[in-house]
Amino acid sequence: MAWTRKILRVDLTNGTCKSEPLNMEWAQQYLGQRGLATKYFISEVDPKVDPLSPANKMIMATGPLTGTPASTGGRYSVITKGALTGAIACSNSGGYFGAELKFAGWDMIIFEGKSPKPVYLSIENDKAELKDAAHLWGKTVWQTEEIIKKTHQDPQIRVSSIGRSGENGVMYACIVNDLHRAAGRSGVGTVMGSKNLKAVAVRGTLGLGGLKDAKGFFAAATAAKKVLADNAVTGQGLPAFGTQVLMNVINEMGALPTRNHRDVQFEGARGISAEAMAEKRPSDGKSHLVTNAACFGCTIACGRISRIDEKHFSVVNKPEYWGASGGLEYEAAWALGAANGVGDLEALQFANLICNEDGFDPISFGATVGAAMELYDLGILTKEQIGMDAPFGSAEALCKLAEMTARGEGFGKELGLGSARLCEKYGKPELSMGVKKQEFPAYDSRGIQGMGLAYATSNRGACHLRGYTVASEVLGIPIKTDPLTTDGKADLVKAFQDATSVFDSAGVCVFTTFAWTLADLQPQLNAACEGEWTMEKLAEVGERVWNMERLFNNAAGFTAKDDDLPPRLKTEAAKTGPAKGLVSGIDKMRPEYYKARGWDANGVPTKETLARLGL
Amino acid sequence: MQKSLHIDANKCTGCLQCEMACSYENYGVFNIAKSRIKVFNFEHEGRKVPYTCTQCAEAWCLNACPVDAIRVDAATGAKVVAEDTCVGCKVCTIACPFGTINYVADSGKVQKCDLCGGDPACATACPTGAITYVDAEWTGLDKMRAWAGKTDSAASAA
Repeated sequence: MAWTRKILRVDLTNGTCKSEPLNMEWAQQYLGQRGLATKYFISEVDPKVDPLSPANKMIMATGPLTGTPASTGGRYSVITKGALTGAIACSNSGGYFGAELKFAGWDMIIFEGKSPKPVYLSIENDKAELKDAAHLWGKTVWQTEEIIKKTHQDPQIRVSSIGRSGENGVMYACIVNDLHRAAGRSGVGTVMGSKNLKAVAVRGTLGLGGLKDAKGFFAAATAAKKVLADNAVTGQGLPAFGTQVLMNVINEMGALPTRNHRDVQFEGARGISAEAMAEKRPSDGKSHLVTNAACFGCTIACGRISRIDEKHFSVVNKPEYWGASGGLEYEAAWALGAANGVGDLEALQFANLICNEDGFDPISFGATVGAAMELYDLGILTKEQIGMDAPFGSAEALCKLAEMTARGEGFGKELGLGSARLCEKYGKPELSMGVKKQEFPAYDSRGIQGMGLAYATSNRGACHLRGYTVASEVLGIPIKTDPLTTDGKADLVKAFQDATSVFDSAGVCVFTTFAWTLADLQPQLNAACEGEWTMEKLAEVGERVWNMERLFNNAAGFTAKDDDLPPRLKTEAAKTGPAKGLVSGIDKMRPEYYKARGWDANGVPTKETLARLGL
Repeated sequence: MQKSLHIDANKCTGCLQCEMACSYENYGVFNIAKSRIKVFNFEHEGRKVPYTCTQCAEAWCLNACPVDAIRVDAATGAKVVAEDTCVGCKVCTIACPFGTINYVADSGKVQKCDLCGGDPACATACPTGAITYVDAEWTGLDKMRAWAGKTDSAASAA
C-alpha cells in the first residue's frame, strides 16, 4: 500500500498517543503529504487561531511515494499555521526521517494541544509514547540527536527536533532532521517549541509493501530515474555544483538581491559561488566542498557537504565545527552573503552551521540581518543597540549575530523577530524585504518578473518553492520565457504553483521538476497508489490544494492587499545589469493572475471555481 | 567466471536505493531495516560507505555453524543460509569478524548476502556505480587503472 492508512494522533495536553485510520476518501482527493495534511489541518483548526496557542495543531506528513524507491521518495512536510506568517505553513524536508516514519507504519502524525512540560515523541513501529525531555531542553539539534540515540542505545533511530531557537521563540525556527535537513520556513519549529515538543524520534522496521502494481511501479520509477540521469540539470549540474550552480548565473542576470535589495548584483558573488567552494583555499590547500550527498532515495544528490577552514576567525578554538557538515546551498549562501553584502565564504558556512545546529531558517535569518544592517546604515540602529558595528559586508557581525540569535542573547533576540517585526519596531516597515512577513529568497523580482508574482501570491509567504518560475525564466524549463517581461507570467505562475502542489503531495522532491513534468510522476503514482491517477486527476489535485490553502489564508484574514511586494521593488529600479531601469510589474500581473485562477478582484475564489474543484 | 560485489565508497551518495532493493528482493517490501547491505554515514568526514558480506573463501560463519545451515552456492561462490536448517543459534553472528551476518527476529533465522543468486539487486539499483558486480579476480582493476594512469609514459618522459 502506498499509504500505510494510519495516522498517529498525539494529544500533547493530555499526553496520549492514538492510532486512527487514514481518511481514504480524502486521500483520493488530496493525495498525501502537503495536500492531505492541509485538508486535515483546515478541517480541525480555526483559521483565526494564534499560531503559538495550544489550539494550533502541527502535522508531520509523508506522501504515498515516501519510502518507495521512486527517486527522491523520502520527503515529509510539516503543516501548521506559521508562527512567522500567520498563514498556512507547509515546510518540506528530505534526509531520512520521512521514510523512517513511513517504515514505522504511519502516514502522518497530528500533534494537538500543548504539553505541560518538555517532552519528545518516541516511535518504534506501532508503539508511540511521549517521554520526558527535561534533559534535552536547552540542547542544540545536534546534541539532541546524539543524546536520544545514546539513551535508546540505537544509532539507527532517526530524529527530527528543534534547537534552542525553537525553544526561545525565534519566529523563523526550523525543525531539523538528520543534522542538516530542515523543514525550514515560516516558523514551523517555533510552533513545535510552543507546544513544549522537543523532538520526534522514530525507528521503523515494518517497511512498505503491497503497491497497487509493483511491476508497473518499478518500470515507471526506473524510466523516471533515467530522465533525471539524462537531464543536464539533475544529471550533471546539481550533483556537481549543487543549487549553488545558480550564484553566478543569477548575479549575471541582475537578479541577485544585494544589501537588502538595494542592488541586484553582488560584486562578491563569485567568491561565494559553487565554483569558489570547489577551489583550493590558500590557507590550507583544501577545497571547501568535500562531497555531494543524497537524501533518502534520491538519484540526483544535490546536497553539499563542506568543511570549514579551521583557521577562519569564526571557528578558532571551536573544533566542534571543524568536521564536514551540510552546506552551503544556494538560498543560504545568498541570504547569509549577498543579502548582507558579505563575501566571506567561510563566514557564510559558519553562520549556516549555526542555523543547522540550533534550528533556524538561514533565509529569514540572513535577510533579517540584511534589514538590520540597513537600519544601522541609516543610523536608526546604533552600535550600542546591536552590541557591535554592523555595516553591510561585515562577516564578523554576521557570525556573532548568528550565535546570539541561536542562544537568544542580546540583539539576537530582536533578530529572532524576523525582518517584518524588526523593521516595524524601528518605524521602517517598508524595509522588510518579504511577503506576508516571510523574507524573500534569492531572486530579485525586478530581474525575474514572474518570481515577483510567485512571491506575492505564495500561500506561505515569500518563497521560491511554491512556484519556481526561475526554471522557465532562467533555465528554459519546460519552455524559455523572458524574465524581464510580465507578459504571460500569470498563467506561468499558476501552472508552476499547481504542479508543485502535486509534487509536494506525492512524497518526492520538487527538484525533480527540473527534469520531470507531471507526465513523469503520473505513471509512478498510478502504479503505486490505489485508485486511478490520471493526468487530469493530478492536475485537479494540484489546483484544489492551492485553492484550499488560499481559502484558509482568506479566512485567517489575508486579503488582496497582502499579495503585494515591498515598495522598494515597485519604485526603486534595478541599478545595474540586464534589468537596469526596471521595477516589478506586480500590480499589472496580480489581476491577470486572479483571473487565471478563477478568483474575483479581491483574490477570493469564485463559487464556480470552488464548485469545479469540489471545495 | 566467478563475480563479486565491488564497492567504491567514493561514489556513494547515501541514497539507500541499494538497501531498498535488497529488502524488496528478499522480503517483497521496501524495508531498509531488513537489508543485507548497509550504508554507513561517517558524517564528520563526509563519507558514506556501503558494506556487506565479502563471501570469504574460508567463511567463519560457515565453519562456526553447528547444523551446517550455511552452504556454498557453487554457481556464485556465495555463502547461503539454508533457512530450513538454521536454528537461529546466532553462533555465526559471533564468528563473523565483519558483522555481515545477522539475526532476524521475525523468522528466528539468520540472514546474509547471497548475491541474489548471481544478479545482485543492490548493484542494479545503485545510481552512481558505487556498487558493481564484477569479475571476482579483478576487483582491483579500477585501482590498478588509476595508478597506471599516474605512471610516466615514454612519450611524456621524452
